[in-house]
Amino acid sequence: MATVDHSTSLLLGRLNWSAIPTDPIVLSTLIVVVLGGIAAVVGLTYFRLWGYLWKEWLTSVDHKKIGIMYIILALVMLVRGFADAIMMRLQQALAFNGSEGYLNAHHYDQIFTAHGVIMIFFVAMPFVTGLMNYVVPLQIGARDVSFPFLNNFSFWMTVGGAVLVMASLFVGEFAQTGWLAFPPLSGIGYSPWVGVDYYIWGLQIAGVGTTLSGINLLVTIIKMRAPGMTLMRMPIFTWTALCTNVLIVASFPVLTMTLILLTLDRYVGTNFFTNDLGGNAMMYINLIWIWGHPEVYILILPLFGVFSEVTSTFSGKRLFGYSSMVYATVCITILSYVVWLHHFFTMGSGASVNAFFGITTMIISVPTGAKIFNWLFTMYKGRVRFELPMMWTVAFMLTFTVGGMTGVLLAVPPADFVLHNSLFLVAHFHNVIIGGVLFGCFAAIAYWWPKAFGFKLNVFWGKVSFWSWVVGFWLAFMPLYILGLMGVTRRMRVFDDPDLRIWFILAALGAILIAVGIAAFFVQVAVSIWQRKDNPDLTGDPWGGRTLEWATSSPPPAYNFAFTPVVHDLDAWHDMKEVGQNRPKAAYLPIHMPRYTGTGVVLSALAALCGFALVWYIWWLAAVSFLGIIAVSIAHTFNYDRDYYVPVDEVESVEAARDRQLSGIGA
Amino acid sequence: MTTVSTVTHSSEPAVYWETEPHHHAEGGSTRLGFWIYLMSDCLMFAVLFAVFGVLGQSYAAGPGPKALFDLTLIAINTGFLLVSSITFGFAMLAMYEGRQARMQIWLAVTLLLGLAFLAVEIYEFHHLIELGAGPQRSAFLSAFFALVGTHGLHVLFGSIWLVTLMVQMNRKGLIPANTRRMECLSMFWHFLDVIWIGVFTFVYLLGMI
Amino acid sequence: MPKRFLPKLFAALGAVLLLSACKAEVLAPTGDIAAQQRDLLVISTLLMLIIIVPVMLLTCWFAWHFRSSNATASYQPNWSHSTKLELIIWAIPLLIVVTLGALTWVGTHLLDPYRPLARVSQTEPLSPDQPPLDVQVVALDWKWLFIYPEYGVAAVNELPVPVDRPIRFTLTSSSVMNAFYIPSMAGMIYAMPGMQTTLHGVFNAPGEYQGLASHYSGAGFSGMRFKAKVTDNAGFEAWIETARNGKVPLDRKAYLELERPTENVRPAAYTSVDPQLFARVVNMCVEEGKICMAEMMAIDAQGGSGLAGTVNMSSLIYDKHERRGMREPVFGWEPFKVVGFCSMEELDQMLAAKPASSGVTPIQSGPLRGHGMPQPVTPFGGLEDRYLTLMQQSFGNVQQL
Repeated sequence: MATVDHSTSLLLGRLNWSAIPTDPIVLSTLIVVVLGGIAAVVGLTYFRLWGYLWKEWLTSVDHKKIGIMYIILALVMLVRGFADAIMMRLQQALAFNGSEGYLNAHHYDQIFTAHGVIMIFFVAMPFVTGLMNYVVPLQIGARDVSFPFLNNFSFWMTVGGAVLVMASLFVGEFAQTGWLAFPPLSGIGYSPWVGVDYYIWGLQIAGVGTTLSGINLLVTIIKMRAPGMTLMRMPIFTWTALCTNVLIVASFPVLTMTLILLTLDRYVGTNFFTNDLGGNAMMYINLIWIWGHPEVYILILPLFGVFSEVTSTFSGKRLFGYSSMVYATVCITILSYVVWLHHFFTMGSGASVNAFFGITTMIISVPTGAKIFNWLFTMYKGRVRFELPMMWTVAFMLTFTVGGMTGVLLAVPPADFVLHNSLFLVAHFHNVIIGGVLFGCFAAIAYWWPKAFGFKLNVFWGKVSFWSWVVGFWLAFMPLYILGLMGVTRRMRVFDDPDLRIWFILAALGAILIAVGIAAFFVQVAVSIWQRKDNPDLTGDPWGGRTLEWATSSPPPAYNFAFTPVVHDLDAWHDMKEVGQNRPKAAYLPIHMPRYTGTGVVLSALAALCGFALVWYIWWLAAVSFLGIIAVSIAHTFNYDRDYYVPVDEVESVEAARDRQLSGIGA
Repeated sequence: MTTVSTVTHSSEPAVYWETEPHHHAEGGSTRLGFWIYLMSDCLMFAVLFAVFGVLGQSYAAGPGPKALFDLTLIAINTGFLLVSSITFGFAMLAMYEGRQARMQIWLAVTLLLGLAFLAVEIYEFHHLIELGAGPQRSAFLSAFFALVGTHGLHVLFGSIWLVTLMVQMNRKGLIPANTRRMECLSMFWHFLDVIWIGVFTFVYLLGMI
Repeated sequence: MPKRFLPKLFAALGAVLLLSACKAEVLAPTGDIAAQQRDLLVISTLLMLIIIVPVMLLTCWFAWHFRSSNATASYQPNWSHSTKLELIIWAIPLLIVVTLGALTWVGTHLLDPYRPLARVSQTEPLSPDQPPLDVQVVALDWKWLFIYPEYGVAAVNELPVPVDRPIRFTLTSSSVMNAFYIPSMAGMIYAMPGMQTTLHGVFNAPGEYQGLASHYSGAGFSGMRFKAKVTDNAGFEAWIETARNGKVPLDRKAYLELERPTENVRPAAYTSVDPQLFARVVNMCVEEGKICMAEMMAIDAQGGSGLAGTVNMSSLIYDKHERRGMREPVFGWEPFKVVGFCSMEELDQMLAAKPASSGVTPIQSGPLRGHGMPQPVTPFGGLEDRYLTLMQQSFGNVQQL
């Protein structure tokens, strides 16, 4: 970045024209994004949708709408993160025989950093948070989460972080440090410009949202379960959500504090992770992985829950070994805190330390293995219907076991010495994250889509997406396993051994197939919406579900349940259907609901602005927006009018419409 | 075990839906939620304590605790914070008795003690930075300033909240929404006290040995 | 797909697979340590396949057999518990993990990078009069510096070593974290600024092997590779001779010149090396007027230097504000004075302290049954002397003064 103008001004800090990238790739992306943005704004104005958007969605505290918005965010960011991925694959397929490829180091290093950060924090996290938000209150028979405003605020903070990370593409640069920004490389001495600052503030703002949402859902699950739903009668997805949120609450503060310390190093000149004056960079690596390893389980646990629900529903059978499943989940939750060191066996800890952490890591595979067996035996003596969610689940079981195996391999320290930081490692974690988290998200979307929108997803395009994803994944990542065994390190930009090239080309082809899978998914959504009349779900229970979310209509009314269900058995809704208790007939009551509020949007906008100002050293703006955050927060606490009652006649009319719908299909 | 599939139905038909009106305690989850928040905050302090544990002896050929800390001053400061916890307790008692004026007075006393604590801390920081022992001087000082400073920021935040709540009490009186907030702030304030006891012990007392 | 493409495609893929088989260095290393690590890798994989393969087969079989269209399959919608099955489900993975755990514990100790080698190769024991070849490794931006203290020469991005002679690498970095990796010789180890790590390895066949940086370290990272040139003893001695007859010495000034960020650096050799250079690199005091970390830590161990210590800064600052950067610190910085603490003689004594690994008593490296392994004092024992080795050792010397 020899061309960067490092002078600072009072008004704009270090922001000046040199911050706008001149790289043709970025520039054309910028133009497309700006044009797209203008088109969206014009469209919204032309169709007079601003009011609807603001009143019904942006300010919504309804957990269902917030859940949907989380998933929309995840999908948008998936496109960005995947664009990074395919650029990397292309670069690595090209940069042979003395060719530098088409990306210089400054650009390429940003891309792999951004890919990791976006995929973890702004794709996988919003996916699982969105799913938990949507499903958990319905599954426990609640009307909303414990703190509905906080939920809205958490969502918008996540968006704020995402906006900052996206802004870095067009204004300035992103970090060139790898997704965990190890110092001293991420220190001010080695990363002097704005990249790492974008990274820090993007993650901090989103992290606040994640932590608060974790607290919110945790309290919701503990406090708002329907009467009769003891802990051991909770649906398994709710169990995994509970453990996930415990992990969030007990690990994200570590990330927040670690990043604060890095921020102090960069802004104030402290010596936490410096080479100088007694700092200790190894401490950062320990701290960040103390958060980072539980984070892995934050991502995968809810999807384990999804697979359990899906397997049980589509096998038409109770989940095999429910309690062993619960104990396995809890075991994983606890064990995930004692394995962090396996991320850096090669840092030179003693053999005993390495062996200890290696063995604890292997122990985690025992409960995980038990889960796989439980899914297997849920299918056993069932009636397996291969709808889309079940297809994803079987693909997951076949893919994830391979990822699990290579994971245990990497937990053997001497084996890790030869595979650490290699493409083998890259293949391993993509194997578990794509094969576990992403397949799970697609299973969940296909499974709960009819609940959320009242019609099923198109099966043909779903299958196209499924096969492209599964084949594309294997094609893209098996070559990386092999490359890892050939001693190829991750994050390389150019290669000199021409024999490696064929594998990178295969991997690039796999990535293209995945691109087809992503495109097919969006086509599937579009086609499904277009033909929504052909695939309606009028019953509210399209799959023969077993848990309470299927007891209400699709989509559910704002208040979820006109009457709170009472739980007598593990599969509460299945139980109700068995005894024919599926629709209460009684006098309706007014329903207590929270009011919508725009405070969350305002606070998050101010936070993102403050982050932007801090990135660019625009101190006055940082101060003003920070004071704005404080002022708006305080003003919000003066608003005591936060809830209202849905009047009886409104409930009656909604429920009467539901009655008509049900009698229309003869249910 | 709950996985056993059969449900035993008693002679009474089992109730599957709550059709009778019943009252949910408004904000019934707030205390639990706030408690969990405090635990997550506690974890942030745990990180800071751990960092201080690692870096606490890295003076980088600079001054150590013995050359820098004035234990008498810190003891007085500790006194301010501990007493402020007691006065907050009195305010809570007054609130439960429904005596608003008395509660406001105790809150004001608490606020003053909190501000006194902050003033002494600012003086201490200023003094250290004047000496050239700012957070940039060594890893030990970085860890010290981060730990003590984070606690101080919490006290500042608590004080702002306290003022806000006093105004709200004045306007709306002892309504459930306000008493709930008082309970949360009370937890917060005592939590800061507990953290400070840790800081005083591990940073100041152990440092002076 | 048209039929005529298929054979071509398979032929091409087959050729590729064959090619890769010779190229998979991790699976076919020539060095004894890497081979043992490979063995562990293979054994672990086989152990896990005991459970992975049946699971995958069962998945396919259950999914197929119990498909909804197969009305002949039995259907028991409420069958959801079986204590026997649960026991098996938990016990089999547990047994495998116990086996693997035992293997891991022993293997980790025997293949610990700090552990001196006990044999030259699978067949050849180590003769007691054969000391390991010491190589000091510095990860620079973005090249590798290899110092041969025994011979007083150094090389950049080229590692000539004799075959069948154990090598003891001591590693550090000048700027950011890095990792040193020669797949054919042994596993990798981090090289970290201000710290020293150790790696033992041996090459058992002559040839040229790739060596690389395996921890991302900034813009020039991709070009940070070198060739390990393994020859017989005579060839190595000949290289030493050529290096000695070269022109460029590696003194502190030359090192500071070399340390500056450069990319894709060609191999080069230095005719002589300042004997204290590596110690100074680890202690971040190659530059004139910088206080060595050993000295700093000695002062710290005595409780710091009191208020006098608030004025000496520039002698302590290494790379905090500016290295590859070009900017002032955000919130400014006070002016400094340079103050030293030790006399030059004391400093020399500190830096002459032996590197840590040479002070460690050699451990009997027995066969893979845990024989002769040191008893750890605690589960985390042995940690202290791994890090910051030079500083602590030399600090010990200071106390003895």
